[in-house]
Amino acid sequence: MSNYDNTTLIAASLKKRYARERRFQWYGRFAVFIGFVFLIVLLADIVSKGMPAFTQHFIKVDVTLDADRLGLPENPTQQDYFGADFGGVVKASLREMFPEVSGRGDKKQLYRLISVGAEYDLRDHLMANPELVGTTQSIWLRAHSEAGSYLKGQVSRALPEADRKVKDIQMDWLDQLRRDGRTQSRFNTVFFTAGDSREPELAGIRAALQGSFFTLMVTFLLAFPVGVMAAVYLEEFAPRNRLTDLIEININNLAAVPSIVFGLLGLAVFINFFELPRSAPLVGGMVLSLMTLPTIIITSRASIQAVSPSIREAALGVGASQLQTVLHHVLPVAMPGILTGSIIGMAQALGESAPLLMIGMVAFIMDAPSGVTDPSTVLPVQIFLWADSPERGFTEKTSAAIIVLMGFLILMNALAVFLRRRFEMK
Amino acid sequence: MMQGTENMGSMTSVAIEAETVETDSRETGESRVLQLQDQDEVRDYVTIGAPFVDNAKMAARNVNVHYGEKHAIMDVSLDIGKNEVIAMIGPSGCGKSTFLRTLNRMNDIIAGCRVDGEITLDGEDVYGRQQDTVMLRARVGMVFQKPNPFPKSIYENVAYGPRIHGLAHNKAELDEIVESSLRRASLFDEVKDNLDKPGTGLSGGQQQRLCIARAIAVSPEVILMDEPCSALDPIATARIEELIDELKEKYTIAIVTHSMQQAARVSQRTAYFHLGKLIEVGGTKDIFTRPRHQLTENYITGRFG
Repeated sequence: MSNYDNTTLIAASLKKRYARERRFQWYGRFAVFIGFVFLIVLLADIVSKGMPAFTQHFIKVDVTLDADRLGLPENPTQQDYFGADFGGVVKASLREMFPEVSGRGDKKQLYRLISVGAEYDLRDHLMANPELVGTTQSIWLRAHSEAGSYLKGQVSRALPEADRKVKDIQMDWLDQLRRDGRTQSRFNTVFFTAGDSREPELAGIRAALQGSFFTLMVTFLLAFPVGVMAAVYLEEFAPRNRLTDLIEININNLAAVPSIVFGLLGLAVFINFFELPRSAPLVGGMVLSLMTLPTIIITSRASIQAVSPSIREAALGVGASQLQTVLHHVLPVAMPGILTGSIIGMAQALGESAPLLMIGMVAFIMDAPSGVTDPSTVLPVQIFLWADSPERGFTEKTSAAIIVLMGFLILMNALAVFLRRRFEMK
Repeated sequence: MMQGTENMGSMTSVAIEAETVETDSRETGESRVLQLQDQDEVRDYVTIGAPFVDNAKMAARNVNVHYGEKHAIMDVSLDIGKNEVIAMIGPSGCGKSTFLRTLNRMNDIIAGCRVDGEITLDGEDVYGRQQDTVMLRARVGMVFQKPNPFPKSIYENVAYGPRIHGLAHNKAELDEIVESSLRRASLFDEVKDNLDKPGTGLSGGQQQRLCIARAIAVSPEVILMDEPCSALDPIATARIEELIDELKEKYTIAIVTHSMQQAARVSQRTAYFHLGKLIEVGGTKDIFTRPRHQLTENYITGRFG
């Protein structure tokens, strides 16, 4: 009797319960979908904006390498090459290609087809091949970034002339050059070999990459050993009392401190008090290691805690000392977790810009730093600087640098996954 | 802890039941002891039987253990004779494991654990100032409830102890120790071709024998076993029990077990613990055939536990 009642009651409620479950699953699917769409949109936007930056246009110019015009003596020394007037020769060659151009304004527009860096490329080319002096050569010269963006199809003629940097007359010349087969798109090597520049076509991320590398190296060398040691001590050796509780709370709070505060601390302590060099990866790395330390300590403690107590007992049971237990048994088992946490902390540090702005790593750096005390900048700050520039050429550079930065972040996360798998298989 | 409270509940009912049973032919004062719900009532209790022996390897005198507020072991005095197997039995939460772990100071690593009283190994104070825990644990080895091989190769598992203590002078000596330990744990024939395979890949019974091999590789004088067969099937259990029988020729063994049959099979003496108190100690045969205390009888006849 009562059984029958229960069955009907349960049956009545079942439908409602299952409906609720289905609804809940749909909420979840919707949330995942939204997140995924945002990710795709972001990636598509950055990639579509950044890909053009990996190519660069060159224009073939017939250059007459006359020694007199260059101002080169016979058997020129290196000094002579540096003093030679390559710029004038390039301009003259352009005038010869478009003899109908007259008037100062138009000539200026003509010269602006070619990058200001072209004369240095020409100089290097000639220094490598001194026998070319006195001949006329067809040489591919780097295009100016505005001309390049027209050739890449980024500027439309439909736009009013006043609103664009590439003028109608330049467009006509470029169209003609293209018809003559005198334009070419090449892979942009400068982007990976040069430092920052005022000219977008000459700007690269080499200096920023190297700065990031040195900064992260300092961060890792400071934060990893200190973080792991602190975690091991707090987890394995420290007595549980008010003092260690206080330390634990503070470490947890430190992880939540805004990064710019660490930048201010670095400015006040490392630069103003200890008088370490400004804009240097050394200071940047120290500041970032302060920021990364709590992450490393917390994740390391968690993975040390996760090591089964039976392993500790086993080691102590055969008479291992506490240090031997930790070094031989606990740490190897906890290592994948510790490494994952550290790499994620490092990836965070790689993407950090705010604290580095405070300590002057926001400088315009043309030469790649060769050590941790040279002035330098880092990738995210370089992105910040380029994003600030009005030239169209820097817009695509910004996205390209973001692509490179994200590439490194993905690489580091993949490394974390790889290390974890590897250690876990053992 | 949960188990402890559960047992308290069932204990109360047992006590009430026991009260109604007329048991006048036993020791005095037992009607009071039968109502052992309250630890205060147990405090003055004196162990029945023969806790002391002539050739004691280890001796505990008036040992009390506290975990913070909880009084886990009350005034336990017990000898462990040389080359004997002594079994410790009793319901969950009775303190038998805790007592075992005080013998090689494994309780030291538990925060808030305090041990009072005196425990000696060959007359040396285990808790004395001069006592080094590393040395102590090398002399008093331990096998745990759950097989816990290191996540390393079988060879490394056994070689670890001798290596950290510097017991072998070269690779050949170490190889010999590993082989003889595995042989004595009757595991060698099964694993001799796979010594470099991970110890965690063995079956549960093999893992436990590996842990025994690891313990005897250090040549301890006493081996403590904390329910070594509770995670094993009957066949693996039988092999471990055979092994214990062989090992007692060389070692002194204290074993905690939940299985009364196991205690009866492997041990020469048996100690019955109840609520942190050592109730009765005696020859295994006597305990299982002629228990003198009502609680012991209730436990071994399966009325609670």
